[in-house]
Amino acid sequence: MSFLSYLISGISLGSIYAIIALGYTMVYGIARMLNFAHGDIIMVGGFAIFTMVSTLGMAPMVGILTAIVVCTVLGVTIEFVAYRPLRGASSLAVLITAIGVSYLLQNLALLIFGSNARQFTSVVTVPGLKLAGGRLSISGETIVTIVVCIVIMAGLTGFINKTKVGQAMLAVSEDRGAATLMGINVNRTIAITFAIGSALAAIAGALLCSTYPSLTPYTGSMPGIKAFVAAVFGGIGSIPGALIGGIILGVVENLSKAYISSQLSDAIVFSLLIIILLVRPTGILGKKINEKV
Amino acid sequence: MKKLITLGLTAAMVASLTACGGNGGDATTAAAGGDATTAAAGGDTTTAAGGASADNSGAGAEGAFKIGVIGPLTGPAAAYGIAVQNGADLAVKEINAAGGANGVMLEMNAQDDEHDPQKSVNAYNTLKDWGAQAIVGSTTSDPCIAVAAETSNDNMFQITPSGSAVECVAPENVFRVCFADPDQGTASAVYIGENKLATKIAVIYDSSTTYSSGIREAFVKEAANQGLEVVADEAFTADNATDFSVQLDKAKEAGAELVFLPIYYQEASVILKQASDKDFAPIFFGCDGMDGILTVKNFDTALAEGLMLLTPFSTTEESSKAFTEAYVAAYGIEPNQFAADSYDAVYAIKAALEKSGVAADADFSTVCDAFKTAMTEITIDGLTGEGMTWNAAGEPDKAPKAVKIVNGVYEMQ
Amino acid sequence: MVKGKKNKLLIQNSITYAMVILFWAVIQGLSAGGHVSSLMKGLLVPLCIYAILAVSLNLTVGILGELSLGHAGFMCVGAFSGAFFTKCAESMIPSVGLRFFFALVLGAAVTGVFGILIGIPVLRLKGDYLAIVTLAFGEIIKNLINVMFIGRDSRGFHFSIKDSLSLGLEDGGEVIVKGAQGITGTPRAATFTIGILLLLLTLVIVLNLINSRTGRAIMSIRDNRIAAESIGINITKYKLMAFSISAALAGMAGVLYAHSLATLAATSANFGYNKSIMILVFVVLGGLGNIRGSVIAAIVLTALPELLRGLNDYRMLIYAIVLIVMMLFNSSPKAIEMRSVMMERLKGKKAGSESAAKEA
Repeated sequence: MSFLSYLISGISLGSIYAIIALGYTMVYGIARMLNFAHGDIIMVGGFAIFTMVSTLGMAPMVGILTAIVVCTVLGVTIEFVAYRPLRGASSLAVLITAIGVSYLLQNLALLIFGSNARQFTSVVTVPGLKLAGGRLSISGETIVTIVVCIVIMAGLTGFINKTKVGQAMLAVSEDRGAATLMGINVNRTIAITFAIGSALAAIAGALLCSTYPSLTPYTGSMPGIKAFVAAVFGGIGSIPGALIGGIILGVVENLSKAYISSQLSDAIVFSLLIIILLVRPTGILGKKINEKV
Repeated sequence: MKKLITLGLTAAMVASLTACGGNGGDATTAAAGGDATTAAAGGDTTTAAGGASADNSGAGAEGAFKIGVIGPLTGPAAAYGIAVQNGADLAVKEINAAGGANGVMLEMNAQDDEHDPQKSVNAYNTLKDWGAQAIVGSTTSDPCIAVAAETSNDNMFQITPSGSAVECVAPENVFRVCFADPDQGTASAVYIGENKLATKIAVIYDSSTTYSSGIREAFVKEAANQGLEVVADEAFTADNATDFSVQLDKAKEAGAELVFLPIYYQEASVILKQASDKDFAPIFFGCDGMDGILTVKNFDTALAEGLMLLTPFSTTEESSKAFTEAYVAAYGIEPNQFAADSYDAVYAIKAALEKSGVAADADFSTVCDAFKTAMTEITIDGLTGEGMTWNAAGEPDKAPKAVKIVNGVYEMQ
Repeated sequence: MVKGKKNKLLIQNSITYAMVILFWAVIQGLSAGGHVSSLMKGLLVPLCIYAILAVSLNLTVGILGELSLGHAGFMCVGAFSGAFFTKCAESMIPSVGLRFFFALVLGAAVTGVFGILIGIPVLRLKGDYLAIVTLAFGEIIKNLINVMFIGRDSRGFHFSIKDSLSLGLEDGGEVIVKGAQGITGTPRAATFTIGILLLLLTLVIVLNLINSRTGRAIMSIRDNRIAAESIGINITKYKLMAFSISAALAGMAGVLYAHSLATLAATSANFGYNKSIMILVFVVLGGLGNIRGSVIAAIVLTALPELLRGLNDYRMLIYAIVLIVMMLFNSSPKAIEMRSVMMERLKGKKAGSESAAKEA
């Protein structure tokens, strides 16, 4: 029974990783850049909800919607100010800029909200489940997280495959030059990608802080890195890959905490990543790239 | 183009070097009031600390005794460093308002170390350039050990509010206000054993901090002597300090009646929340790092009901009421252990200054020699203990009090 | 033609060495006159450490063309093996200087071996996948060291991954590595002169490597792997060589770091991925493949946050903004174009004024 309980909380953790990883993977797939500031957008989402719900006393739903708006605007602004001017520059230059943006967001939050941790009031109102005579309890947050993750995955897959904008995204990720020739506005497509990724970060922020109720200016950085690992795990650029990578990561992390060592769980997760990449150098669902001479 | 960039960077380097050189030149004449940057720094510190800065920066005139404060003011450990900065700031203002130490005004300057030993040494050197005559810091253990080696080399008096690792006070010029880690672990095990609170104990600790692993080790050692059975001994690391469901599940399954949490209140608040979600309600028992749990923003204090902790300080105690009120008024948040420790550290410096009668403009080495003796002779009634005294090894002599949280306030046991 | 190119290289390299030596001489001169602040004095060794790290990472990122985010991990391995040696050999070699020397050699050697061991499987990966694996490696090292306890008593060494109690030491035994607390009490033997000597050594190794046959083979892999392979260059060998030399130099910097502070713990701030990224920032801002640029960028960017101390709370915020603006200014295609236009105009004006002068 305890195994089941560890497994379920692992899946829940993995679902959060998966939602964050989606943001990484989409931006990588389309803009070919590692957006290291993604984790910090989650933190901003968390603070937006906290301010609306706990400080101003609004309904949780209003808080989440505000967070989505704030993060979307923030994501698009960052893209416009910091990343767009670097279009065509080396990917390393963009990476370093993203790190600069990450420091900027963390230190801004530190100045505005201070360094003391806040307890985050859960925005989830769904009651928990008690199974097997109370021996297995599943919290409302867990259920909502898993459901939301599935809905987002399905929605996003549909969006990309069925809508014009989604098709444009695919085209840009396939070949930016050809997409431009076909009349696709690359800058706009990339901006939309950032908007979607940041909105997802806001949702991830709500779920992350509801499940693990502590909020500081550094809340987003470690989950951000883990989600990045998850995205690579599943094959960066692939949407189902992000889901698979996230879930595997969450489950492995939780089970190794439970059965091997709670101190070494990160080391185990990272070792697994290395092994997977050695067997499949582009991740589980990653596309094999044939080099042309 | 590359050349231009290189040229620009070189220019920047030269500029930075001359800036350093400039600082150095001024440092030798720092007694004459310090250069523009440091004066601005002093001003900023007090304004950043919030509220009335006039009296403090006014004291920055001739003949003030200069105290340097070191702690993490940015980064994940900033909560502790900022508390230390505020506590010291409050004490300095109070002392100055009351006419100083034997008429000598105090002046302070806080520097950020980001909880990194190397940066802490940089912060110390900055303070030395500023003309510091005594150091309050570093806030956290590892940086404190690094700075202690430097201060011992220079013969600069250092009192750490909260550097609790054994090695922090190894040099003879370093004293501390808080307890040493192993002492807290032993005291907790003895208290639990003697009061027969429980026999089946689970420990959840942060294996990545010196503080937490130090207490835990002494606790586990002493638990055996007290007839306590440690049924679950679970760790987490700073990188994983948001999810404790696995550790709690294991403690619950092992049938723990008491969960010992030698960790800081920020993580503890999450543990309490997750335990309540799991309907797991053992006795929770913490150390001085637990103090401050009732101040976590938006924390449902009902979760902390019944929580016990060994602490030398509590905000609700009669003796600390005035401090708490003044602190809240000045900085807008409730004080915690760190603030109280650094407040006491500044008062210890005041007492040592009065006792030794050392001149306010003495160089730091003279101050240090005078203080080393004076510290063992003074007795102060601080927030973290009445009749606190120090031995030559730098350890304070004070008794921890056991408190229990009842109806959202501390109740003495 | 070839000779001319060689001469130019020689001059370029000499400028780099001269710059470092001049830096040393100026500081020595200033400190003899008492003009160097304590902050600057304290910063001198870290400046050397980061310059060495930046130069060595440039070998992997700039010359070999592989993105590594695990440089701090190598530094960590070097730091701990060096400090461990210095602590253990205390009774055997009483001279601190000699122990420090052996620690440097040992630290570099151990890290070099680590570089090979990790390089063999990992260098098959490319681009961002390699980056993430090296990042993972750095985190694994940090995690492992945090749970490692090593003690010594009359019966020899004891090892545990639980705590120092389970080492089962006899009375009088000494715990050398204490898990999260790491190693304390390492003698602080690192001085500015030693730091500069090591930096010069690093520069000699890296610059000579770049300008050798081996170096050209390595760069050919970066520029076109398939072409390099087709003319018979052993890709794995050269990749491994560059990677492990880079690792060994980072390990050496780690030993220097361990001997500059009284405490050594594997925290996220010291050896986490953030540190690796910081070193990468030096390399990118200094210019990929530009060794002198790495040294300058490391010095400027290490000193910058310290010089910004006057700004207090806004310090790290300003640092972040400076970083973004520098990146945009240095790398944005538009900024580059703007700058070249400006340069043209400047030149044009100069030429104009010159011709005007001639006419007059």
